[in-house]
Amino acid sequence: MPLYHNDDQAMLKDSVAPFVAEQAPVSHLRSLRDSADATGFSRDLWAQFTEMGLPGMLVPEAHGGLGMGHMEAGIVLEEIGRNLTPSPFLSTSVGAVAALAKAGGTQAGRWLPAIASGEAIIALAIDEGAKHRPDRIATTATRAGNGFRLDGKKSFVLHGHVADMSIVAAKTDGGITLFAVPKDAKGVTADPRRLVDSSLASHVTLDGVEVDADAVIGEVDAGGEILDALLAATRTGAAAEMVGVGQGAMDMTVNYLKERKQFGKLIGEFQGLQHRAAHLYGEMEVARATVMKAQQLLDEGSEGARLMVSVAKAKAGRAANLAVREGVQMHGGIGMTDEYDIGLYMKRDRALAEYMGDVHYHIDQVARMNGY
Amino acid sequence: MSELDAFRAEVRDWLEANCPAEMREPVRDEGDVCWGGRNWVFKNDAQKAWLDACVAKGYTVPDWPKPYGGAGLTPEQTKVLKQEMKRIHARSPLDSFGIWMLGPALLQFGTEEQKVEYLNPIARGEIRWCQGYSEPGSGSDLVSLQTFGEDKGDHWVVNGSKIWTSYADKADWIFCLVRTDKANKYQGITFMLFDMASKGVTTKPILLISGNSPFCETFFDDVEVPKTQFIGEVNRGWDVAKYLLGHEREMISGGGAGGDMVSIGGAFAKAFGKNEAGELDDPILRAEMAAFDVDVFAYRAMGERFMDMWKTGRAHPASSNMMKYVGTELNKRRHELVMSGGGSEALEWDSEETKGGARARGWLRTKANSIEGGTSEVMLNVIAKRILDLPGA
Repeated sequence: MPLYHNDDQAMLKDSVAPFVAEQAPVSHLRSLRDSADATGFSRDLWAQFTEMGLPGMLVPEAHGGLGMGHMEAGIVLEEIGRNLTPSPFLSTSVGAVAALAKAGGTQAGRWLPAIASGEAIIALAIDEGAKHRPDRIATTATRAGNGFRLDGKKSFVLHGHVADMSIVAAKTDGGITLFAVPKDAKGVTADPRRLVDSSLASHVTLDGVEVDADAVIGEVDAGGEILDALLAATRTGAAAEMVGVGQGAMDMTVNYLKERKQFGKLIGEFQGLQHRAAHLYGEMEVARATVMKAQQLLDEGSEGARLMVSVAKAKAGRAANLAVREGVQMHGGIGMTDEYDIGLYMKRDRALAEYMGDVHYHIDQVARMNGY
Repeated sequence: MSELDAFRAEVRDWLEANCPAEMREPVRDEGDVCWGGRNWVFKNDAQKAWLDACVAKGYTVPDWPKPYGGAGLTPEQTKVLKQEMKRIHARSPLDSFGIWMLGPALLQFGTEEQKVEYLNPIARGEIRWCQGYSEPGSGSDLVSLQTFGEDKGDHWVVNGSKIWTSYADKADWIFCLVRTDKANKYQGITFMLFDMASKGVTTKPILLISGNSPFCETFFDDVEVPKTQFIGEVNRGWDVAKYLLGHEREMISGGGAGGDMVSIGGAFAKAFGKNEAGELDDPILRAEMAAFDVDVFAYRAMGERFMDMWKTGRAHPASSNMMKYVGTELNKRRHELVMSGGGSEALEWDSEETKGGARARGWLRTKANSIEGGTSEVMLNVIAKRILDLPGA
């Protein structure tokens, strides 16, 4: 498969790009932020996403979805990134779907159709501290009655306070097990915090939460593989969204270089800025190719996907970070103002960079996967 | 079985039968690389046998048409052949500026007669070519070149000098940019071809910081060049040169501009030792190598995407400049890490254990990567101007 979008994918992009740009541009994020919106995204917008079939893109056709791949989901995520659109798409339609589709069984049958129909918002309760350490999960699930009792604390749970269901990773006797914990489960408290990018992420406390045995996603003790699928999909998706954020910031900045005059010249005439912009272009192109490669390998079910996903998360993290930093700097004083959008790109990039493992985490993973 | 699969099977059998075992060993020194030419001395019988077998099959230039010495393979078949050669670690049967540079220019701009006359000896490794582009006063600003060919009716008399002529002292012929109209900067250059044995041609190797002399200064003192020996049109040699520079950057981009595309940390962990946690036993170096590995794997994906897009006309025409810039900067970084990883051992300049200071010399050699074929700074200028459309660039 060539590493560019085929005709169908190009058509998808042609319909999604103007849709997101018109319905959810940066001003949409601003209006949610300025009205102190308590949901974290617009349900009206999610209904529009649903009309286009987007929430169920990755859901298998047998469960009412479109059965598309990560390459297609990445197209949507890039536009979400470019427009800084607040949306539960990444956690619900990418991360949760990857886990549920991998696991199959009762929970897949229960939730996948609901995701595809736009009814269900799903949160991913994986992290437990300030840093992403999925190999050190301390939340426990102990057998109780017909089911399990969950105890622990989760953090950085995007949409955790409004999600209809949260996928909770917990330690069981023989490994990791994933649970589908419904919104109204007794003993669950979600404490939403406003983050730097105006999104809402919850600290979730699980205090003796009792769930039935069929709340298990996949098999008991065999959640490791499902968690891996969830992480690979979400990381790749976050990387795609970062490519959108970085590209949006870069485009805005390059345009600014062509408009702003100082010393009687357009500042884009100065070689000092030209070379930095050109360097950034190269980094963004490489990041984009890397993310596409990760998507392709995931869609093929290739063994090489694991390495490439970490490479993509790290590379997109570096490139988008460069894009937003150069963006603010090259905009000068105006880049420091809230009125101008470039700062919002910097904030979103920071949050995405941290989500599901930052640059350093993934660089370390690449070293481990290569035996050092 | 698809046609391509059948072709793959055929190639496999052919390689098995024709590629000598010695030619599947890693290249150890310069003599292991076969450049061909009038004065070529084969290092061993295997090197000659491998070249002969490939020449007979057209595999020194697999994608060139058969009448010019190639095998007439499609791009897909060529890719398969390369994959299969790589699989058995087969060495390149023939390296040559004729194959990489002059051939593509002839295929694009040459007459039918020129193609037959010049391409076949290149494909057979009989004539070794060098490239006369840069001059002492014309490096990045190549179009300012001054070597002049005076029109004498049926021939030109060429005077001037070239610099950075790769292996000029070993080459049989040169393809050379020569000014033929002093009044016209861009449309006053002719792309000439002539024999290095012509009267008035002298070469002088340049000793580089690596201690090696792959490049020469080349002097032309009243060299007579018949007026049939040029490509394209008289005074329009810049078009050919530009095409070739683009091709060169594409080639660098498609090949290993980023150097060896394998994990550097993985290679060093074996030599360097690991701590109890199984990590390379130098945390900061490990981190730098891992960050580098991320960039290498990322660049590998970029190379794949670039070639996929380039071949189907989807790539921005100037994107090879970006590939060249990113890839060569990456390769320089690799060799900095190779030196750090090698420690004092890598500093040794001529010991047997270090294969004659291979690491130190290789490290120094890579510093030219971002100078030759257009400096990194020129690449960035081109990206700024042609891709980002920045003003006044």
